[in-house]
Amino acid sequence: YIFCVSGDFVKVHSTATEECVHILQGHRNLVTGIQLNPKNHLQLYSCSFDGTIKLWDYIDGILIKTFTVGHKLHALFTLAFAEDSVFVIINKEKPDVFQLVSVKLPKSSSQEIEAKELSFVLDYINQSPKCIAFGNEGEYVAAVRDFYLSVYFFKKKTTSRFTLSSSKNKKHAKNNFTCVACHPKEDCIATGHKDGKIRLWRNFDDDKKYTYTCLHWHHDMVMDLAFSVTGTSLLSGGRESVLVEWRDATEKNKEFLPRLGATIEHISVSPAGDLFCTSHSDNKIIIIHRNLEASAVIQGLVKDSNIFTGLMIDPRTKALVLNGKPGHLQFYSLQHDKQLYNLDIIQQEYINDYGLIQIELTKAAFGCYGNWLATVEQRQEKETELELQMKLWMYNKKTQGFVLNTKINMPHEDHITALCFCNAEKFENPTLVTASKDGHFKVWILTDDSDIYKKAVGWTCDFVGSYHKYQATNCCFSEDGSLLAVSFEEIVTIWDSETWELKCTFCQRAGNIRHLCFGRLTCSKYLLGATENGILCCWNLLSCALEWSAKLTIRVMEPDPCSENIAAVSQSSAGSDLFVFKPSEPRPLYIQKNISREEVQWGVFVPRDVPESFTSEAYQWLNRSQFYFLTKSQSLLTFSTKSPEEKLTPTSQQLLAEESLPTTPFYFILGKHRQQQDKKINEALESELVQLPLTENIPAISELLHTPAHVLPSASFLCSKFVNSLLLSKETKSGEEILEDVDMEEEKESGDDSDEEHDFTENTQDANDTDLGEDIIHQLSKSEEKELRKFRKVDYSWITVL
Amino acid sequence: EFKVHRVRFFNYIPSGIRCVAYNNQSNRLAVSRTDGTVEIYNLSANYFQEKFFPGHESRATEALCWAKGQRLFSAGLNGEIIEYDLQALNIKYAMDAFGGPIWSMAVSPHGSQLLVGCEDGSVKLFQITPDKIQFERNFDRQKSRILSLGWHPSGTHVAAGSIDYISVFDVKSGSAVHKMLVDRQYMGVSKRKCIIWGVAFLSDGTVISVDSAGKVQFWDSATGTLVKNHLIANADVQSIAVSDQEDSFVVGTAEGTVFHFQLVSVTSNSSEKQWVRTKPFQHHTHDVRAVAHSPTALISGGTDTHLVIRPLMEKVEVKNYDAALRKITFPHRRLISCSKKRQLLLFQFTHHLELWRLGSTVATGKNGDTLPLSRDADHLLHLKTKGPENIICSCISPCGSWIAYSTTSRFFLYRLNYEHDNISLQRVSKMPAFLRSALQILFSEDSTKLFVASNQGSLHVIRLLEGSFKHLHTFQPQSGTVESMCLLAVSPDGNWLASSGTSAGVHVYNIKHLKLHCTVPSYNFPVTALAIAPNTNNLVIAHSDQQVFEYSIPDKQYTEWSRTIQKQGFHYLWLQRDTPITHISFHPKRPMHILLHDAYMFCIIDKSLPLPNDKTLLYNPLPPTKESDVIRRRTAHAFKISKIYKPLLFMDLLDERTLVAVERPLDDIIAQLPPPIKKKKFGT
Repeated sequence: YIFCVSGDFVKVHSTATEECVHILQGHRNLVTGIQLNPKNHLQLYSCSFDGTIKLWDYIDGILIKTFTVGHKLHALFTLAFAEDSVFVIINKEKPDVFQLVSVKLPKSSSQEIEAKELSFVLDYINQSPKCIAFGNEGEYVAAVRDFYLSVYFFKKKTTSRFTLSSSKNKKHAKNNFTCVACHPKEDCIATGHKDGKIRLWRNFDDDKKYTYTCLHWHHDMVMDLAFSVTGTSLLSGGRESVLVEWRDATEKNKEFLPRLGATIEHISVSPAGDLFCTSHSDNKIIIIHRNLEASAVIQGLVKDSNIFTGLMIDPRTKALVLNGKPGHLQFYSLQHDKQLYNLDIIQQEYINDYGLIQIELTKAAFGCYGNWLATVEQRQEKETELELQMKLWMYNKKTQGFVLNTKINMPHEDHITALCFCNAEKFENPTLVTASKDGHFKVWILTDDSDIYKKAVGWTCDFVGSYHKYQATNCCFSEDGSLLAVSFEEIVTIWDSETWELKCTFCQRAGNIRHLCFGRLTCSKYLLGATENGILCCWNLLSCALEWSAKLTIRVMEPDPCSENIAAVSQSSAGSDLFVFKPSEPRPLYIQKNISREEVQWGVFVPRDVPESFTSEAYQWLNRSQFYFLTKSQSLLTFSTKSPEEKLTPTSQQLLAEESLPTTPFYFILGKHRQQQDKKINEALESELVQLPLTENIPAISELLHTPAHVLPSASFLCSKFVNSLLLSKETKSGEEILEDVDMEEEKESGDDSDEEHDFTENTQDANDTDLGEDIIHQLSKSEEKELRKFRKVDYSWITVL
Repeated sequence: EFKVHRVRFFNYIPSGIRCVAYNNQSNRLAVSRTDGTVEIYNLSANYFQEKFFPGHESRATEALCWAKGQRLFSAGLNGEIIEYDLQALNIKYAMDAFGGPIWSMAVSPHGSQLLVGCEDGSVKLFQITPDKIQFERNFDRQKSRILSLGWHPSGTHVAAGSIDYISVFDVKSGSAVHKMLVDRQYMGVSKRKCIIWGVAFLSDGTVISVDSAGKVQFWDSATGTLVKNHLIANADVQSIAVSDQEDSFVVGTAEGTVFHFQLVSVTSNSSEKQWVRTKPFQHHTHDVRAVAHSPTALISGGTDTHLVIRPLMEKVEVKNYDAALRKITFPHRRLISCSKKRQLLLFQFTHHLELWRLGSTVATGKNGDTLPLSRDADHLLHLKTKGPENIICSCISPCGSWIAYSTTSRFFLYRLNYEHDNISLQRVSKMPAFLRSALQILFSEDSTKLFVASNQGSLHVIRLLEGSFKHLHTFQPQSGTVESMCLLAVSPDGNWLASSGTSAGVHVYNIKHLKLHCTVPSYNFPVTALAIAPNTNNLVIAHSDQQVFEYSIPDKQYTEWSRTIQKQGFHYLWLQRDTPITHISFHPKRPMHILLHDAYMFCIIDKSLPLPNDKTLLYNPLPPTKESDVIRRRTAHAFKISKIYKPLLFMDLLDERTLVAVERPLDDIIAQLPPPIKKKKFGT
């Protein structure tokens, strides 16, 4: 198993399958450190900013004990020799002063224990757990900060401190320590430095005779170091995205694992010694075999780059598509919190270095139900030297991936500002429109290539339009594809897509148009435009007149593909507000103030697989699709209808920890992981509170859910209790809902009636390893809730069958 | 203030360092260079180059070692073992080992036996007798040349490095006990041969070898097995030296890197220890051919001609100037002499002399301006020596019409005749028999007398006539001592001659009466420069610890100024300078000024100004003109130091307003060395 910390949770992944097996939740603030219990390697300690240390049984995902320390805990270390105490980093008084203290964990059978017995170990240390290491079976502890290496010997109770020259001159300017690791067998401390050097310190028990040697391969800061279990090799990683293995600690004998994709943040080694794992700044954990072969990748939403493309939905996979690794598009499954795949757009080796101007993927669009993907990449070194490339990718059914079809160099003279496909059915020819700052918009269509077999197809430019040499800023097709709207600075022009004739223009003289979209379904006669100066306009295309306008500083405007709703996020000094409205009526359907303190950059509607049925008027807009939005700090947030108790706070800090012990049949790796953006915020919906019973409040359900499947009695034994508990909760519900449920259950009966064990195969889209009713694994509370709903329905139906 | 001739056409290239041998008892270092020169540095006297033995073309030194009783031996490719006489500064004897070229030599731990490894694969044992060495025995003959030798500290076993293998000999029987084959593989590629450049034998039986494949290997001599292997370089590892305590050793590689290995305990509480490579030092650009390990420092030298002394910080008790890195490039003696009258410079090379006339200019300019030359410097003469021996010393007379130089066996005197631009050279033949070799030559100010310090310790005074000469007198050395004189100074009025040896005090002779006038009390540190001031006849002596004394010859005592400065002490920065003062001269019109220089600065001492104390700024940059005269007068002190010219080999006053400075930029030397091993540098 590999453990990684993700916000308030600790996730347990299987090293073999990459699947998340358990989520240990219970901390009320960021988890900052995890360590295996040295006395029982089936148990895990974790510490958090909330001042508690918790002991878990991670096989079953059960919280065993909670120790309350009281201070904000920054890191946790356990040692085999220190029987009943652990080490934590706390800060006292001043915000920048950190101390390493040992905490005595009192033996007690109760679940909640106060652990107040602190004893001071080391001062002036760094808060990062990377900067502390215990060596030689707990003989000493080494800590680094700035230019100091401090070593505390537990037996002698002395501290020696070594200083590197920190003079301002060039040679030593980057001597800062960044991380430290201790040799498991010998008295040897490895330290990483900002200039990429690794120093191996020896003889450090003598203040005068200490000596060190240098290993230098990294050209930039060493992010983390780890010794292998036997100490024969040292692993290091940094911004080069290369894992370096130094064998026998010699400079000439090193092995590399290159192209790991992103900066290595942490390295950890399995207690059995056969696996390494690295966590990366792009929200990824790679499990690496002893022979330096990557064996598994646990990839979350890539966070590392600027999002230029915005959020898109791949019509085929329903995956969220956005900028991923540099030069890549990532396809991210929202349901599984997992990256589906990466599409390499730029197809060039990425060199990670400051000051290099990279090719950037700036625009992307899907067309024709996911058959086509258009991407734009640009690189601008100087004002006049713009490199621009548009690529068109065709979906290949055989390979289930996108294949490059057409590459267009310099499709426009200047930056491309917008890109859109015509998605209407009536067009046989896929059509793409690009708008550019050079004042033109171009229509590209798919044509037969000049191949004699007439089999190859390619894209060519069909029409170039412009309007008074204004810069084209946006383009948009109407739903049926008959009209094309292109905005030229302040003016919106409407073009007939059959003949490419200019039909009419709208001008509001209220600043440049920033967003433009047509209404859908019943509202398709409306065109919406948001301007820079904070005006939202709605034009009626039939009357060619302004229908209404509102004063709103719109940051994001997204139409819902499944309904006529349009979501707009406006920015004000207090925060971002969300408005959902129909173009036909100026009164918004729903307003949510202060959805986020940060600026919202992008938003998208994701169609639901199974339509929800929110009765309340305020949430009807969420019935058929969900709204996701991305803030400036790259937190991906969504709206859901959950109770505030289960609300998760978006977390921007991360933590880690590691320690390990040999184990029997399984591998245990402690890892750490950064995962910020995939926290789903649940906007508190007070009215919704009554709708669902809290799972925690019903002992029967929680018992069912928290007990491992293999220890549970048979399903039939539990069933009545379970149903009873649900029945109780049911009484709180409105009759209308029951009716709905009954409707649903009747639909499902056909699949269920013969089956005593409720088969949920119809719901595989939910994909939460839900096979049997009893086999429910403690899941993300959201999915758990969904299940619960289904349970309720199904159980009900079962009773009716009886 | 002065018009300065900035001379950069002295195309001098020091020879590369081949061997380094450190003597613990006397704290002296013997260094041999590729041209056969052997130099002795006194590490306690501020790393001063005390003595040197001139080289010989056919005598390429391959090994150098100290034996019991401060005896220095060298062996070379001509197959001879040479012992040097450290008092008389000549070769005591040379003895052929009859084994072809000698590649290696080692003295037994007790210092009484000498072992040489020869081209034909033989290892020969010599017994060191009080005045000679005597062949004792041959060890088992090996197949190929013996490139390195190492004694076990008990003296019972010897390790010998050959090509592809190391042999361990038992000294008593002379038979090979083990033969340890060295892996030829180098990073997967098989090289043709693996040359064992160095071996070291530790008292616990470990043999450490360094080889051409870049490996440092540890062998167990009892079983003949490889214990540990450190691959440290992509090129040859050429030298190894172990400290006396056997807790650290140093190796030098062909990439110019010196690696330090230390014996450290594996864990703090266990007695188990292991050798760990610790710090790399990159002070050289070229091959490090030789390394030595003194108790407190790592010493390395190589093809790039630098001798680098890197102190070990953990061994240095106090953080004084001894703890700083030293880099010695230039010899601490004078290679240049100057004829003031004709503005000529004589440059001494190993096998020839060059005579140059300085350029001249008619332009005038402000302070700091570079003046255009109206006439370029002329290369007048190129004088090649006869025979294979190197030049020891040379001199041109102040009038410019005499040139004298000496090799180890012959003394040459030439007369120069100037006819407009033509020069004719005439050798003065029939040198007297006693004038065979000179350590130092000096002409008197009026060019009528020649003073020669011979290696027998005697001083000859010769009167020069038009085309001939006459021997006037010989000052015999003080009774009992045979120490050679290395430095000479004559007073401008021609009455006084001062001479100094390597250690004893300075003797002052009266030339008119041809007798010893007095002896300046001896001082702990060797003399690096001597000069007698005009008019006052004050003798100024500079020592290797940067002390400067002024001694009045007529009064036979130190002058008042000298006593004052001794009482107050020199500025601490002055005492911390690491190159010796090599030349002292005087301003003819300003009797209070003393001009002196070392390799990195030029200084005018104004005796009339107050002395600086430790709080004042010693090195003041060029005084800014804005500063008021009051402040400038207040801050002015006796030492006016200019660091514009460096590295400075020679500087002298031609006349009242003209200085000549001879520089030798290090980059020019490096540019003329063979190219170093190419290494990929990151970011290029």
